[in-house]
Amino acid sequence: MPSTPPSIAPAAAPPWWRDRRVVPWLVQAAVGLVVLVAVAFLLGNLVRNLTAAGLLLTWRWLGQPAGFDLAETILPFDAGMPYWRGLLAGLANTLRAVLCGLVGATALGTLAGMAAFSSNGLLRGLARVYVEVVRNIPLLLQLVFWYFVVFLTLPNGAAAFQLPGVVLAKSGLYVAGLAEGLRWQLPSLVNGVWQSPIRLSVEFAALLTGLIIYSGAFIAEVVRGGISAVPKGQWEAASSLGLSWFTTLRQVVLPQALRVIVPGLNTQYISLAKNSSLAVAVGYSDLYSVAETTLNQTGRAVEVYLILLGAYLGLDLLISALMNALNRLVQIKER
Amino acid sequence: MKPLLRRLRRELFATPGDALLSVGLIALLGSALVGFLRWALLQAEWAVIQANSTLFAVGRYPIDQQWRLWLLTTLLLGAAGLSWGMLRAHPRSDREGILWPRNDRLAVSLLVLIALWLPWFLKLQPGIQARWWALVAMLIGLRWLAGRFGRQLPSKLKRAIPLLWPTVYLLGMVLISGGLGIVKVPPSEWGGLLLTLLAASFAILLCFPLGVLLALGRRSELPLLRWASVVYIEFIRGAPLITLLFLGQNILGFLLPNGLAPERIWRAAWVLTFFAAAYLAEAVRSGLAAVPTGQVEAARSLGLSYPQALQHIVLPQALRVALPAMVGQFISLLQDTTLLSLIGLLELLGVARTVMANPAYLGKNAEVYLTLAVLFWCCCAALGLGSRALERRLDPQTIPSR
Repeated sequence: MPSTPPSIAPAAAPPWWRDRRVVPWLVQAAVGLVVLVAVAFLLGNLVRNLTAAGLLLTWRWLGQPAGFDLAETILPFDAGMPYWRGLLAGLANTLRAVLCGLVGATALGTLAGMAAFSSNGLLRGLARVYVEVVRNIPLLLQLVFWYFVVFLTLPNGAAAFQLPGVVLAKSGLYVAGLAEGLRWQLPSLVNGVWQSPIRLSVEFAALLTGLIIYSGAFIAEVVRGGISAVPKGQWEAASSLGLSWFTTLRQVVLPQALRVIVPGLNTQYISLAKNSSLAVAVGYSDLYSVAETTLNQTGRAVEVYLILLGAYLGLDLLISALMNALNRLVQIKER
Repeated sequence: MKPLLRRLRRELFATPGDALLSVGLIALLGSALVGFLRWALLQAEWAVIQANSTLFAVGRYPIDQQWRLWLLTTLLLGAAGLSWGMLRAHPRSDREGILWPRNDRLAVSLLVLIALWLPWFLKLQPGIQARWWALVAMLIGLRWLAGRFGRQLPSKLKRAIPLLWPTVYLLGMVLISGGLGIVKVPPSEWGGLLLTLLAASFAILLCFPLGVLLALGRRSELPLLRWASVVYIEFIRGAPLITLLFLGQNILGFLLPNGLAPERIWRAAWVLTFFAAAYLAEAVRSGLAAVPTGQVEAARSLGLSYPQALQHIVLPQALRVALPAMVGQFISLLQDTTLLSLIGLLELLGVARTVMANPAYLGKNAEVYLTLAVLFWCCCAALGLGSRALERRLDPQTIPSR
């Protein structure tokens, strides 16, 4: 007897609040509403409170004379110049610290990352200890340590630390360089004060030391991870071809490791750029510290904050763009 | 001793170049160590730490109210001892060999050594010293009791032990800030290690659910949710923490109706929370990406709803994968609390600055900063150790017992 197909009751259509075509829209509408209401609430308060305080958004104050001096700038700046020149000088100082920090931290981090694969057990251990110690101590603490404990207790004058071409004193770091008329000039002591073509302030030196040593530890971990991602057979093959340890690393392993390293470096570079804002703790006039002074004088909190936000976001995007370009260079070219 | 010698020879003196490097490094490290020890034992004046130990611990917390902090410490150490013992009593059934801490005797003796040495080093008053000894004795005693009899407890009671921690935390909040019948201590009087740990733990606890939600939002199929999460995460991650603290201190007052903005310390704690949530979201997102889509599909075809699949299938796996990255974020969050000193709050580094501004201790930077560095290092290293232990305990792979 042919079996009649069991009659299937047509499934009752789910109520609209469980309909899979409706629910996503409901959720989105709810989230959108909450976000809109929150933003409207905050902005409404902002406008009301700023109006009450007479601080409605305006950029005219940027043209007024700043009235404060900066201890060290690479762009010319003095108290008579407008605020925007001061902020620009601060930005230039930030860029200088970030650029020098990037170069130094990359060099130190690469060396420490490579040392983790040394055949010398002591060097391996030292690299490990460096990373573990530095990563577990706050950067701000390290910065004030370098500034107050190391650089501010340096001797001055003839007692300063002297290396060929470099003098380290409490008044700054003096480096040999080209003076007027393209003469090579070494640091020299004139009336108890050091003179040289290139002088770095101790504030800058402390900031740079702290940033390089801190970021160097993180970069060392990135480099170590990248090198250990290269198969061991590559090392063995290279050494059976008679290449030395260093040649193997430079010619065989690092080019392959770079593919893993570059994206990790991007993150570390961005965090170095952001960490440079801690310069305010050691008295280096970077963008943040100029912005703080500007706020204290003008009371323009919102505008100053927008400038800060824009500058650091721009810096991050710039670093990201450059690193992405580099990343495309080092990736495997598939033919 | 033969193998040790052979190993030393292989590690340090394999080639002439290695030997030269080793000798140079040993000389360098040796002289640095001798120099440091000479400074630490002979030249350094640790009086700055000894005289201000209370200030470093709790800031300007009123002296007549400090019994509350002692009570809180007692509760915390008691909960720690109980949990420690229970963890010992209940190793994972599939691995007898690996317990936590792996070497219990070492941990206990280290604890006892610190408990004996630290009060002596800090030159605490005999009464306070005795209190610390009693607290450590209680910790070890509870650990022993729970480890010895923990297995025999009824399972209902056992399940209540993890609940001890949130209870103690909430109770601690009340004890610290007052209210409910005890005298109020305004947040402006909290400081030192108390404030550091309070801000860090507050931000860690609250940024966790927020970060998970943001990570889910960023991976959501709904465009509005996804874009809202992306904008939030990238906006926060693009700015340095100090500019966000700046926002909290100078602009939050404008964003809220008059008088609704919280106390400065709470503002900073909330900024830390929102800041950490963005970074945590990225850690959780990497964990979510590691869960194969087949897992959700299998769960859905078993009839689990989407929230159920998330709760029982996806999140447990994702969070386990993300655990190391998350703890890394927590560690950097603990370190980031030092930035509160830049906006004038008296956490550890802020207290250190006020202490060193005291003419009696001028120029004692090295001693103070070194102490803080050791303190932070220990806290961060402990978090890292705990995370690795938790990873081992949650590792799904069965390791044959030894």
